[in-house]
Amino acid sequence: MRVRSITTLTMALLLVLPLTRGHAVLTIEITEGVEGALPIAVVPFAWDGQTVPPQDIAQIISDDLARSGQFGPLARSDLLATPQSGADVRYANWKASGVDHLVIGRLRAMGPGAFVVQFQLFDVFKETQLVGYSFPATAEQLRQVAHSISDIIYEKITGTPGAFNTRIAYVSALVNAENQRRYVLQVSDADGHNPKTVLSSEHPLMSPSWSPDGNRLAYVSFEKRNPAIYVQTIKTAQREKISASRGINGAPVWSPDGTRLALTLSHKGSPDIFVLNIGTRRLQQITRSRAIETEPAWMPDGRSLVFTSDRSGAPQLYQQSLDGGRARRLTFEGKYNASATVSADGARVAMVHGDKGRYRIAVLDRDTGALRVVTDGTLDESPSFAPNGSMIIYATHGTGRGVLGAVSVDGRMKQRFSLAEGDVREPVWSPFSR
Amino acid sequence: MRKFAWLGLVALLAFAVGCTSTAEREDETMPSGTDSGVITTPDTGTQDTTGQPIVETPQPAFDPDCPPPCEFTRDAITDPSSALAQKIVYFDFDQSVIREEFVDVIAAHGRYLATYPDVNVRLEGHTDERGSREYNIALGERRSVSVRRQLLLQGVDANQMEVISYGEELPAALGHDEEAWGQNRRVEIVYQ
Repeated sequence: MRVRSITTLTMALLLVLPLTRGHAVLTIEITEGVEGALPIAVVPFAWDGQTVPPQDIAQIISDDLARSGQFGPLARSDLLATPQSGADVRYANWKASGVDHLVIGRLRAMGPGAFVVQFQLFDVFKETQLVGYSFPATAEQLRQVAHSISDIIYEKITGTPGAFNTRIAYVSALVNAENQRRYVLQVSDADGHNPKTVLSSEHPLMSPSWSPDGNRLAYVSFEKRNPAIYVQTIKTAQREKISASRGINGAPVWSPDGTRLALTLSHKGSPDIFVLNIGTRRLQQITRSRAIETEPAWMPDGRSLVFTSDRSGAPQLYQQSLDGGRARRLTFEGKYNASATVSADGARVAMVHGDKGRYRIAVLDRDTGALRVVTDGTLDESPSFAPNGSMIIYATHGTGRGVLGAVSVDGRMKQRFSLAEGDVREPVWSPFSR
Repeated sequence: MRKFAWLGLVALLAFAVGCTSTAEREDETMPSGTDSGVITTPDTGTQDTTGQPIVETPQPAFDPDCPPPCEFTRDAITDPSSALAQKIVYFDFDQSVIREEFVDVIAAHGRYLATYPDVNVRLEGHTDERGSREYNIALGERRSVSVRRQLLLQGVDANQMEVISYGEELPAALGHDEEAWGQNRRVEIVYQ
């Protein structure tokens, strides 16, 4: 019996692996867990179809919750029962298992490729249902529905919206045996699944930035030899060249209201920050100095920018209002602070923090001024906040190649996303899907 | 090809003028429209003071592929033994200051480019992988600008030079140590 189940498992792996490679899925591994994560049981969803269920919804939810670092889902082998409806739930069992919350659900086939997903979340100690929903879905939407369920569970229990049903954009780079390079701008689900190519080029692609509605990406492409900034609609692949002036056209970042791009241009001599109105093409110069000014990041109110400047002799972060006035220096610890990203509530700024030859991600708390280093690599870069502010995704080095890492804002929970081959870099977390 | 024909014609004309009318400066006879700039050949100083016929030793015709003082032939950029063979300038970490050992290298390229004003270069700036990518784009540009400034001092025309930075995107060496990083912090002088 045992032998047979292992064989079945091996078969399943063999079937899945080639597919995974072919689609260049980012595989996630939790490298550092958290003590004191909330215990929760996610029971395998009931399935009343004829064949194998098209997705293991409970597993997707369980993986999401574990990745957040806030939850410690019970292993499947430790589940004492598999209730399929509220009437089947025996709270005493779950209290004995030491879990605070219980998730059960059902997947029903409604016709060819049509499904309904139902789930219920229970508070084991209060012995009540906290929330329950039913979602219609096509086969392709099932993973997305599972992520939405994770979002609902996360918000119900922690009070913070979940960011599981979101996406990440990133650049992957491959060098073949003839030393030819290939750069691919990709978008995948936040768990690395469903990767889709936005643009592929033999010249560098850089600095992707999401529009606030999640429909478009701005990026830098060297395809015409000199760098240019493009804006591309993800679904239609239609794109528009936004900036191609002499010198640097770099670091595009969408304003919170979606009407403008902050960017770096050097046509006046040295790199300075500008704001470009996408509709009118009016260009406003924000910084004026002979130093390097680059990597703008918007404050959530859209009225000021945080950016990197080496006006002090080394790169540090500054904040400046769009209305003018003097820039205020934000970072003082370490010789190198660059590549700022601001949390959606404006309370935190994450950055690349260089100190004693190591480059790690650090988080500045705007209220206290405290700087906390949250990663432990040596070449960490490109931090990007999850839209709910709970995690930071960044680029780091695995065994000699570029991989992505994700870390909880407090630095306690760490994950690694890697591709089967090539480098992956410049991750940017999407806004909430609407 | 037309350009060379023009230059040949100019050289012949200059030679003829030099023989007959005494001590004419060739550049006054330059027709506009050639892009060869100013041509100076040694003053032949043939003022006749004795009334004796002058026996001219034939002057070499002006060579557009190596104008006097002919430090570099036109194809010296492809000659591995030339002072121009070194086309990469390396930098210290987070620096754009030209290191002592590259001052002469850049000066040689400057004299070559000043000699051949029709030749253009791209100054491609690069950095090592450390730190943030867009800051490295800016740092790479600053390195290119640093080389450009030295070339301007040698009399190179601003229009002969194009500056571009690839930051850390196109490393020359793929390692993750100081040896690789040192090779990646560079400006490549790319002849067009």
